[in-house]
Amino acid sequence: MIRVEHLTKNYGPRVAVAGVTFEVAKGEVLGFLGPNGAGKTTTMRILTGYLPPSGGRAEVAGFDVARQSLQARANIGYLPETVPLYPDMSVHSYLDFMAKIKGIKERRKEVDLTMEKARIAHRADDAIGKLSKGLRQRVGLAQALLGDPPVLILDEPTSGLDPKQIIETRNLIKSLGGEHTVVLSTHILPEVAATCSRIVIISNGRVVAEDTPENLDRRLKGADSIAVTVRGPREAVTRALRSVPHVLSVQADSDGRPVGNQLSAYTIQSEVGADVREALASAVVKGGWGLMELRPAHLSLEEIFLQLTTSDTAGEAEAA
Amino acid sequence: MRNVWAVTTRELRAYFLSPLAYIVMAFFLFGAGLLFALIVEQSREASLRGLISNVSVLFLFVVPMISMRLLAEEQRTGTIELLLTNPVQEWQIVTGKFLASILMILVMLGLTLLFPLFLFIFGNPDRGPIATGYVGVILQAAAFLAVGLWASSLTENQIVAAILSFIFLLVLWLSDNLGQSLGGALGTIVSYTSVANHFQDFPTGVINTKDVLYYLTMVAAGLVLSTLSLQARRLR
Repeated sequence: MIRVEHLTKNYGPRVAVAGVTFEVAKGEVLGFLGPNGAGKTTTMRILTGYLPPSGGRAEVAGFDVARQSLQARANIGYLPETVPLYPDMSVHSYLDFMAKIKGIKERRKEVDLTMEKARIAHRADDAIGKLSKGLRQRVGLAQALLGDPPVLILDEPTSGLDPKQIIETRNLIKSLGGEHTVVLSTHILPEVAATCSRIVIISNGRVVAEDTPENLDRRLKGADSIAVTVRGPREAVTRALRSVPHVLSVQADSDGRPVGNQLSAYTIQSEVGADVREALASAVVKGGWGLMELRPAHLSLEEIFLQLTTSDTAGEAEAA
Repeated sequence: MRNVWAVTTRELRAYFLSPLAYIVMAFFLFGAGLLFALIVEQSREASLRGLISNVSVLFLFVVPMISMRLLAEEQRTGTIELLLTNPVQEWQIVTGKFLASILMILVMLGLTLLFPLFLFIFGNPDRGPIATGYVGVILQAAAFLAVGLWASSLTENQIVAAILSFIFLLVLWLSDNLGQSLGGALGTIVSYTSVANHFQDFPTGVINTKDVLYYLTMVAAGLVLSTLSLQARRLR
């Protein structure tokens, strides 16, 4: 339903999006995850035809967003990051106006139905400027849902909402999947875990990871991971640790931590279920080195995210 | 066309929901009423010629107030992104906004029809010059609005938009004097851009094609420039 190929966007010398490629299948809810300034909004603005790409191409519902912009836009419901509303209009007249420019045939019926869906029907005649932040967000969402567009692009749909409203909005978005193809951006992790069937993690304008939340989780949890810090010569320690039964790999992390005084940190992957901690400890002691630290290192989605988005080297390795 | 009209009706509604429309109208009607009363009082002539010749001065102030929010506000609040990510094109937004502002001016001018009504009740004015005078006023207002619309497309700040359009209009207003002091071919060209020069025949009952063309060209230029300015976001 959405196909993005090698998309790039420069603002003068600054590169906002650097060769992003991903696809979204019909009915999928894709989470677009990244720190602020990673290029999420820019990518969405290109998808919705607001900005032209500097390079690469993007297709929505079979239409090229740059060359067949109007047709592509007709298939998209878009909620920008700052919810664009006319504060002096009432909810109903605002949605009626939006329905008009979307070219919806049975306007009255569609507006009423959408207000029900977004649960704002009870405030239909109130001026938008007088509504709370949460309600305004719902009006913005209602505007995107008008006319049942096959593709929904939601830029940070839960920002500024209170916890209860966040849960309501997530449930609404989840219920839209299947029928609609949804791309939602966020910098909040639990959000994607709660709503999305697939995640694209973007950092510095590049895709650094792409998978289901479970797979991303499993990818680093598939093997049990243990962090060990040892005082001793690195090669000898590595050899000793590797010889411990059930250990799959030993990696000395020279880059992440300060290494001095022969102190080295290692990340050890072992077979799932085999607790090798005792064996590792005794291997270190047997070698006559100092065991400074030994702890299980399960990476949460949060840590994966941080790891992928904070270190440039990791980002490039993933992107390659 | 459906999109143009949707933008127009929304804009008109916004005008009359805000106090601005009423303040501007009151200001304009007060100014025009004062001019009308003073001129008729002193000339003792049942004609609108004096009023219509001077009403452009009021437009110099009124038009920037009407046009300032048109595109600046949409850019400030981000609603322009909403419009342009729907199947709406830049020129449709610009045309819709322009139509709304000209309708607003027409409502305002409609209220001034009270003045000729008084003339017909108490005197026997010549109809021709009144009709052509109104044609001239409408054409001039349209040209001013197009300039104001362009100014409004250049900034997110309504006040800046108002000041810009006032400056643009003032330059067009004074270009006759500027051209005369320049002299030569350049002076003639500069003088030709003067909005005042092209207006002077309308209140006397004469409609010159070149004057009509001048104002229509200004409208077209204003609309095209505003459209280009909205599209310019793509070049950033």
